Amino acid sequence: MHPQMVMYEEEFQQVAGLCDRLTREANARCVFVIDKNGQLISASGDTGQLDTTSLASLTAGNIAATGGLAKLLGEKEFSILFHEGERDNLHISIVGGRVILVVIFDHRSSLGLVRLRVKKASEDLARVFDELARKAEQPGTQPTAFAEITDDDIDNLFSD
Amino acid sequence: MSFINYSSREINCKIVYYGPGLCGKTTNLQYVYAKTNPDAKGKMISLATETERTLFFDFLPLSLGEIRGFKTRFHLYTVPGQVFYDASRKLILKGVDGVVFVADSQIERMEANLESVENLRVNLAEHGYDLDRIPYVVQYNKRDLPNAATVDELRRLLNLRGVPDFEAVAPTGVGVFDTLKAVAKLVLQELKKGR
Ligand SMILES: Nc1nc2c(ncn2[C@@H]2O[C@H](COP(=O)(O)OP(=O)(O)OP(=O)(O)O)[C@@H](O)[C@H]2O)c(=O)[nH]1
Ligand SMILES: [Mg+2]
Repeated sequence: MHPQMVMYEEEFQQVAGLCDRLTREANARCVFVIDKNGQLISASGDTGQLDTTSLASLTAGNIAATGGLAKLLGEKEFSILFHEGERDNLHISIVGGRVILVVIFDHRSSLGLVRLRVKKASEDLARVFDELARKAEQPGTQPTAFAEITDDDIDNLFSD
Repeated sequence: MSFINYSSREINCKIVYYGPGLCGKTTNLQYVYAKTNPDAKGKMISLATETERTLFFDFLPLSLGEIRGFKTRFHLYTVPGQVFYDASRKLILKGVDGVVFVADSQIERMEANLESVENLRVNLAEHGYDLDRIPYVVQYNKRDLPNAATVDELRRLLNLRGVPDFEAVAPTGVGVFDTLKAVAKLVLQELKKGR
C-alpha cells in the first residue's frame, strides 16, 4: 500500500546529471531534488555552506502547506512557488507530481531563464522518476538487502 | 515511507511524535538533540509561535549508525498539539514510518489524550495507514507531576493494542531514548519484512 521509495545507482546518476545540467544552463547557484517527504535526493552546484537537510525538510513543509491551501481553494496543487530575496531567489516546482525541484539563483540569472530551463529539466526528471516508480511496482525487483538483516543487526545499532 | 538509496547506501525513515498540546513532544526532541553527538545530528528546526508552541513542526535529523553497510537516518518530527492546527498535523503525517504517542499523564489531560489518539487514528487513515498496524509506541510523560494518573489507568485507556510503552519525564530525559529506540526498532523490523 505504501511502497518505500527506492533509488538505484543508475537513476541516481541520471538525476545527478540532470541537476548538474540545470545548474549550468540556468546559471543557478544550486539545484536540489527532494522527495515530498523532505528527504534530499540530489544536490548540485554551490551547496557548500548550505544546510541541505534542513533545506529539504523546510521545502517539503512549504510544498505540503501550499498543497493544503490549494485543496482548500479547490485547486489540485500550486505547481510552482517563487520566493524573491535581496540576494538569492528560490524557485520551487513539483516534478511529475512526485518530487520537488528547487533552484537557487542570484543576479547572474533571471526568473525567465530559470523557468525555461526548469521546464525542460522537469520533463527529463519526470521520465526518470516514472521509470523508478515502474521498477518499484514490478514484483521481484524490490530490494532484498533489508530482508537479510537480523534482529541482532538492529539491536547492535542501539548498543552504546 | 522509508527511502532506500542504493547509490549513497542510505536508508531514511520518518518518525512522528504525536499527542495533545503541551504534552511534551518538543521537549522530547530537545532532549534528544541535547544529548546526541554533533556528528550524529543535524540542526533542529522548530517552527513555533512566540510563546514556543509548535506552529507547524519541529524537525531533527539523526544518524543512528550502519546496518549491513547502509547508513540509517531517522527524521524526527513533532506535530502541533493544539486542536485547531489539525490541517498541519495531517500534513506532517504524510509518509510516516513510525509514530510515538506522547501522553500527558496528568488526570485532567486524560480527555485531551483520548481525543488526540482518536485524531491520530483519523488522520492516519486519511493517508491510508492503520493505527493498529503501523510501528507505534506510547510514552506516558510528566510522571514527575503529583496529579499524574497511574500507569495502569493510562495503559487501559491509551494502549489497547499493547504496544511498547514507557514512563517519561522529558525535561530530564527519563524514558526519552528508550521511547525513541523502541520506535526505531519497530520501523527497522517493518522494513525487514519488506511490508
Ligand atoms: N513537569 C514536567 N513538565 C514537562 C514535562 N515534559 C514537558 N514539560 C513541560 O511542558 C511544557 C510544554 O512542553 P512542549 O514540549 O513544548 O509541549 P508540546 O507537546 O510540544 O506542545 P505543542 O507544541 O503545543 O503541541 C514545557 O514547559 C515543558 O517544559 C514533564 O515530563 N514534566
Ligand atoms: Mg511542540
